[in-house]
Amino acid sequence: MPEAPLLDVRGLRVRFNAQVEAVRGVDLTVERGQTHCVVGESGCGKSVSSLAVMGLLARGAKRSAAHMRFDGQDILGLSDTALQRLRGDRMAMIFQEPMTSLNPAYTIGSQMAEALTRHRKVGKQQALDRAAELLTKVGITAPGLRLAQYPHQLSGGLRQRVMIAMALMCDPELLIADEPTTALDVTVQAQILRLLRDLQAELGLAILLITHDLGVVARIAHKVSVMYAGEVVESASATDLFAAPRHPYTQGLLGCVPIPGKIKRGDPLGSIPGTVPRIADGFTGCGFRDRCAHAMPQCAVSVPQRDDGAGHRHLCHLS
Amino acid sequence: MLKFLARRALLAVLVMLTVLTISFALTRLSGDVAVAMAGPQATQQDVDTIRKAYGLDRPLTVQFVSWVADVASGDLGRSYLYHAPVGELIRSRLPVTLTLGLTGLVIALCLALPLGIVAAMNEGRVLDRGIMMVAVLGQAMPSFWLGLLLVIWLGVKWQLLPISGVETWDGYVLPGFVLAFSAVPALMRLTRGGMVDALASDYVRTARAKGLTRFSVVMKHALRNAAMPVVAVAAVQLGFMLGGSIVIESVFALNGVGYLAWESISKNDFPVVQAVVLFLATIYIALTLLADMFNAVLDPRLRIS
Amino acid sequence: MAFQLRRLALALGFVIVIGIALVALLAPWITPQDPFLQNLDARMAPPSFMDGGTAAHFLGTDQLGRDYFSRLIYGARISMLIGVLVVVCSGLIGTTLGVVGGFFGGRIDAVVMFIITCRLSIPLILVALTVVAFVGSSLTVVVLTLGLLLWERFAVVARTTTMQVRNLDYIAAAWAAGCSRPYILLREVLPNIVHHLIVVATLEMALAILLEAALSFLGLGVPPPLPSWGLMIAEAKDYMYFSPWVILVPGIALFVLVLGINLLGDGLRDRLGATRDA
Repeated sequence: MPEAPLLDVRGLRVRFNAQVEAVRGVDLTVERGQTHCVVGESGCGKSVSSLAVMGLLARGAKRSAAHMRFDGQDILGLSDTALQRLRGDRMAMIFQEPMTSLNPAYTIGSQMAEALTRHRKVGKQQALDRAAELLTKVGITAPGLRLAQYPHQLSGGLRQRVMIAMALMCDPELLIADEPTTALDVTVQAQILRLLRDLQAELGLAILLITHDLGVVARIAHKVSVMYAGEVVESASATDLFAAPRHPYTQGLLGCVPIPGKIKRGDPLGSIPGTVPRIADGFTGCGFRDRCAHAMPQCAVSVPQRDDGAGHRHLCHLS
Repeated sequence: MLKFLARRALLAVLVMLTVLTISFALTRLSGDVAVAMAGPQATQQDVDTIRKAYGLDRPLTVQFVSWVADVASGDLGRSYLYHAPVGELIRSRLPVTLTLGLTGLVIALCLALPLGIVAAMNEGRVLDRGIMMVAVLGQAMPSFWLGLLLVIWLGVKWQLLPISGVETWDGYVLPGFVLAFSAVPALMRLTRGGMVDALASDYVRTARAKGLTRFSVVMKHALRNAAMPVVAVAAVQLGFMLGGSIVIESVFALNGVGYLAWESISKNDFPVVQAVVLFLATIYIALTLLADMFNAVLDPRLRIS
Repeated sequence: MAFQLRRLALALGFVIVIGIALVALLAPWITPQDPFLQNLDARMAPPSFMDGGTAAHFLGTDQLGRDYFSRLIYGARISMLIGVLVVVCSGLIGTTLGVVGGFFGGRIDAVVMFIITCRLSIPLILVALTVVAFVGSSLTVVVLTLGLLLWERFAVVARTTTMQVRNLDYIAAAWAAGCSRPYILLREVLPNIVHHLIVVATLEMALAILLEAALSFLGLGVPPPLPSWGLMIAEAKDYMYFSPWVILVPGIALFVLVLGINLLGDGLRDRLGATRDA
């Protein structure tokens, strides 16, 4: 009997208003010490799913699920206070916009210390020591100086490192990273990804990483879920998915990425025609069918869930 | 930062000079000040005496320059009505007006901040709509009329609070409240707007992701950033309140600077009028300067640059 | 539901403003009596629906025996006249300053900003009182004084919105097409900021009406025997403890009119997508 996954979400749905459902029955599992990437284009519901797990959805958004287990405990019905105690302590999150995600009015030190003093009985000085230690760990030199600085005095890459260090203050088991590298320069992106991978190896952190960038997925993921129009259309281990994508959308996505050696100079790069449809209530069948080269009449009626038994699942009539 | 302050100070001096000119010009609008001061029953000799005593027989430019020189040396002139130095008159009336203005500001903030915060936290809901509706209603209320209504009901019919005079502290409650009332809608809208933006911001999401309590998220992380424009506007509003106290002081029979101004305007006591205009303008200019500096303290982005 | 409420508020504001404007226009035809006619035998008569009221005076009479209802209706004329004329006057001044500053920028803008700062530093009510007192009180003086003082919000909003519009593509296209500066200002810039200015106009109209009432209340606004609502409250002040309705009636009229204008302004802002604050 294998150990239960750290995070196990079944049938997650998020609704913003009466008509539009942004997330339509998503399953996600994150194993301890592993990285699970959720990939998809903007608007597919991947960020919303991650916010839903943290309980950070904007007001007016409604979430529901069959279950949402964190370390075996269903966190779906938890009270606000109980969820607050979990957040920032055992599960932490970092965001896409390091430029605006830190409060401009407080020093780095005070914002970092706050994360620890909220959850542990420690003094301010101890918390600051811990913050300095973590800043060093995420590769920031002169942590003492940084702690006294304000966010606007730091570059984007530094701020994202601060965000990561802040997320680690309470030694969480799960780190949710919502497009952590999107807003950064390419060189900084690589540094941040390496940092996340190193931290995972050192601390045994489980990471749920949201991204639209298959390059990021290839570098860091153990498992991948491909989302499209609010659904997970394909889910597999990273090696499987890149070697043998099954869903036409995944195949299309992979066709959009230039791979040295595979694509000759001058050959056109792939693209997926059309745009993501607006999925209103009463929609049935496959969300991708209007853009799919293999669309069949039955795609408008229903889509079967296919499973190869080794953890590679996808939603399609094609096998 | 120093450069910013130096520029602000220079601007303040220029504005002061303009206001000096305007307050001087204002009192010469009536044409012959001496005739107006002497009153309808005066003889030509009375008028001449006054003209000489107040130096009104000199050319306008000379009068202006000598007035500016006097003001610069701290001499605001002599009141014609009270036969006393204007500076002393203002100083003796100032405590009443200043207490009234500060009471008004404190009451305004005590009402506007919580209401604005609660409205923002319930954005779009019935509670928010209700609070904003109260703001619209409040904005339409003529303050002197509200003052009279409160005097009739709270003061006379139910005898809860004194209706005139400030011999005891509670004399300030009604006038302070009425004065605050005119500032509440603007401050409340501003607080609400700032809080709505702040609550939807990324850093508030980060604060929530840290597991902070709702109280800490709202009061520490959101309010601090939403408060910055409120501070600036509150200072401006205090300036307006001191100016507006002229109406309130008359309703509640308070003997402050506003009443002094009204009296001297009605009785053509021009040295007092120009001095009070200048004085209130100076306070306003000083307040906006202070607000800018206070904002620089609140917002670290302005502090170091 | 919130949406419904907003439309209701806009409709209410519209009805109030149009209603009072009609009453003001038609005053000579709808007033039951001459608002200036004194009758010292019938002073301080209560409204007809209260004890001791007579059918002859719907809202009773004032301290000189003048019909209160007729004075109230004529008061609407004063308030509306003041509101509209002051807004025209201050709108012209403020918009010109703001558009010029925002459009040309640089030193010209610095001068405009300086003028706005100076205007804000001047204590509004005090200066208005002084001008009216020293020049002599009349309707014209009140209108001109307030018109010359209440332009700063027009200027601030016109300046900011002009700056935003100035950099848009269609202005660049007009430049490229060789249009003259006045043409661009009047035909391209102004039409695209006018919806912001309309919202400011409603706010300033409300403010002008309230200020006139305050000035008249202090005895330095519209001169008696003109029936300004503010003046009516001032004249009734001595009797308010015994007959509160003498200050309630004109006060409520003032409150309702200003409320209507503000509701209209708020509704228009939502509709036109304009900003309230600059």
